[in-house]
Amino acid sequence: MANYVWPKFGTATVIGKRHDRVDGVAKATGTAKYAYDINPAGMIIARLLGSPHAHAKIKSIDLSPAKKVPGVVEAVALKKADDELLFQGEEIAVVAAESEAAAAEGVAAIKVEYEVLPHFVNDTDLAAAKAAGMTGKGGKNISLAKEPGDDDDEDEFTEKEINRLLKESAVVVEGEYGIHMITHMCLEPHGSTCEWKDGKLVAHLSTQNVSGTGPQFAGPLGITADDVTVHCDYIGGGFGSKFAADTWGVACAELSKKTGRPVKLMLDRDQELKIAGNRPSGFLKCRVGADKNGVITVWDSEQWGTAGAKPGVVSEKVVPYVYEPKNRRVISHTIKTNRGLVRAWRAPNHPQACAMSQTAIDDIAAKLGLNSLDVFKRNLVHVANGKAEVYAAQMDVAARLIGWNDKWHLHGKGPKKGSIVEGLGLAIHTWGGGGHTSKCTIRISPDGGVSSTLGSQDLGVGTRTAIAAVVAETFGLTIDDVQVNMGNSKYPASGPSGGSTTIGGVSESNRRGSLDALDKLLAVVAPKLGVTADQLEAKGGRIQVVGSPSKSLGWKEACSLLGMNAIEAQGEYVRGSKDAKTGADSKLSNSQVGGVQMAEVAVDLDTGVVKMKKFVAVQDVGTIIARKQAESQVYGSVIMGIAYALFEEQIMDQASGAFVNCEIADYKLPRLGDIGDIVVEMYEPESEYNRGVVGIGEPPVIAPGAAISNAVANAIGVRVSTLPMTPQRVLEALKGRKA
Amino acid sequence: MKDQDLAPWPQAGFDRRAFLKGSSAAAAATTLATHATQAQAQAAAPEIVGRQSRLVELKVNGKTASVRVEPRSTLLDVLRYQLQLTGAKPVSIDGSSGASTVIVDGKPIAANTTLALDCVGKSIQTVESLGGEKPDAVVSAFVHADAMQCGFCTPGFVVAVRAFLDKNPGATEEQIRSGLNGNLCRCGTYANVVMAALEVVKGGSRG
Repeated sequence: MANYVWPKFGTATVIGKRHDRVDGVAKATGTAKYAYDINPAGMIIARLLGSPHAHAKIKSIDLSPAKKVPGVVEAVALKKADDELLFQGEEIAVVAAESEAAAAEGVAAIKVEYEVLPHFVNDTDLAAAKAAGMTGKGGKNISLAKEPGDDDDEDEFTEKEINRLLKESAVVVEGEYGIHMITHMCLEPHGSTCEWKDGKLVAHLSTQNVSGTGPQFAGPLGITADDVTVHCDYIGGGFGSKFAADTWGVACAELSKKTGRPVKLMLDRDQELKIAGNRPSGFLKCRVGADKNGVITVWDSEQWGTAGAKPGVVSEKVVPYVYEPKNRRVISHTIKTNRGLVRAWRAPNHPQACAMSQTAIDDIAAKLGLNSLDVFKRNLVHVANGKAEVYAAQMDVAARLIGWNDKWHLHGKGPKKGSIVEGLGLAIHTWGGGGHTSKCTIRISPDGGVSSTLGSQDLGVGTRTAIAAVVAETFGLTIDDVQVNMGNSKYPASGPSGGSTTIGGVSESNRRGSLDALDKLLAVVAPKLGVTADQLEAKGGRIQVVGSPSKSLGWKEACSLLGMNAIEAQGEYVRGSKDAKTGADSKLSNSQVGGVQMAEVAVDLDTGVVKMKKFVAVQDVGTIIARKQAESQVYGSVIMGIAYALFEEQIMDQASGAFVNCEIADYKLPRLGDIGDIVVEMYEPESEYNRGVVGIGEPPVIAPGAAISNAVANAIGVRVSTLPMTPQRVLEALKGRKA
Repeated sequence: MKDQDLAPWPQAGFDRRAFLKGSSAAAAATTLATHATQAQAQAAAPEIVGRQSRLVELKVNGKTASVRVEPRSTLLDVLRYQLQLTGAKPVSIDGSSGASTVIVDGKPIAANTTLALDCVGKSIQTVESLGGEKPDAVVSAFVHADAMQCGFCTPGFVVAVRAFLDKNPGATEEQIRSGLNGNLCRCGTYANVVMAALEVVKGGSRG
């Protein structure tokens, strides 16, 4: 069995280099086909009817008017009389028709009688939620350096100890911080195009879980997972919201079966925002004590928020974020609201936790009149993930890139140019990112062709490019020499793309499979070159004797020795598994990254508008596979961070319970002109390369909220307590009102 | 007024500079000619009443295609469902995402808010026309700058950048940042799009 390692530091020829995305031209010219783009002959279009009410009971559903609409082929109810609807947009019925327009007309014709029930959509006011009976069990994260005596009541002791520590602190920051609910807003809405062939279902599904969604169709449809093929070559955004077949996916398959025609059912834009996932809100009230150098001595906070119609809240386990002082009390409450259901959103819990707590750390610096960078550095004594030294080094790199020392001024004390003030802020983050379980088939054909086949997907990270790089590196080829087949559930199963696990997982399976395949090829070539297989290597498009390139065969010539027998090797990695022989951790992948981000903003005191000037993201990442695409993940994360820091939020009408900004024109997101200058710096000393691959799809999206909030506070001298920092909230903060 | 004093129009492709620069007579002639073409097209289009569908011809990417349209059919639906040109994407209800951007008679428009019937007699250019054996320089630059992630907004962005640079071939970074705000990306590829557009201006990416 091959030794599963990466090439020694500095010797790789393909991985870690800058490659064009292998499917780049397909994406840029519109030939890449997404679920929405697959139009089998005879296809009809289905649309979904969602609840117009935030809370209601269905009295009756009459589909017959819809069925009379010209062009409508079929209509099916997903709910029945007496069913309760818990949020606006909840699925009620589907209509399939000959065109998009006829389907829309059909949906509008459905007659539903509702009994409207009282709704509750307020997540900011904990007292109001308690009064309305909408709060649920949260959690506690309590730690004290001093232990209670045998006779002490634990809660009382904690209360006394926290108060004592606060009293003894040089400074106490009392603050409120919050971050509103946002949605995933995938540009390709959730949905599928379904067709039946010989009694078997082919679901062209927009999914980040190619290998795992088959059973979700099979169960409700009463068929076996073997009878389902899930196909997804390209997915138009997922961000954690597209792991499931969903009710509408199953409904699409049922409509197709019923009508005998292929059916496409994609959510409307407003439905995509209302029902296809949200990121929970978080609001936190705290008292934080620190010594005169700004080092936290005690943290005491209470937090609440909503995950929608089912209980849920930002985890108290990650508050305060990354910095975990020994003396802390964190209590959380959940609020149930008549809002859509939560789905994993890029780095679940972390962005909110960071925005709710690293802002308080910056307020310690403000209150003591200290340099925020010094305070964030000194508090690294509280970092418990073993990355304190990495953070310290990254802070130095980031400070240099943004010009921290030259530009720094105390909070609110910077020069004013007209109505414009500028400020700096920083925040740090952490994430796991260990590779997922993944299988693949590596094939070497006698004609020299090379392929990798696996049931993975490309969420946008460049999965194909990374796989091609790993295989090419192993065979001494270029990425253009490798054919990557993915996006089909009949291929060897590979994990869902969530938790930044994809690049680690597919790199593991593909390196293992390729090394095993290479061993087989070398065994065939060795006699021809008169050496043993262990004296051979694949390099520069040739199989050669190590150290004597003159004794070699070109790749194609070497493969031709296979005669009629292509080589097939299965690459397999089980998440977290150890080496079978040595019991050691895999050397190919790893987990746990840090990262430091700094923001520079300009704020207009007259209008409250915040403009991004510069943003620096320093990211450690282990072994980099596809460098350009890795950098793109960081750029994209930062921009998504700017989005929730300054622009986007789900706005609910308290009176009606409606999600009022659920169209693209109203759900504000940054545009190309809003992002300022973004600098991405990979932190990669040799020790990082030697760690193995770690995913970074999520970590860089965590810190921008806090970093930008801190920069705004530094600029204007007061805290804008809640994200997004809209002009209105900035102006209210300036007027001294709670914003 | 000097050229550089003119702020670029925030909507990609509407050529305010050329409009202001051109002699008024030339501008008027262009406008009249456009109106004349439209009038001819209208005169040539069949009378359509109610929801009845008719066969009409559309000129797409240099080829004439016969398509069946209702008065309410959007250009986007016709391109995607009848001509299998699925590069332009349905993302917003009102064109505010830019994902359905195509070029009609030289101007970028949102295909999802344009009626197919209004395009009879006009020249329609979709993102697919920028591909082929030798992709357009904008396509190559997008690939080189990795100005894409999930890729769903990318075709609309490519068309918008092509149209913008056709009108502003020497665009500065500042002009690029203020002139391409009609397209929405959720993955966050804007920084790479700026790099790609600059690469085209500098001629760094071969067509």
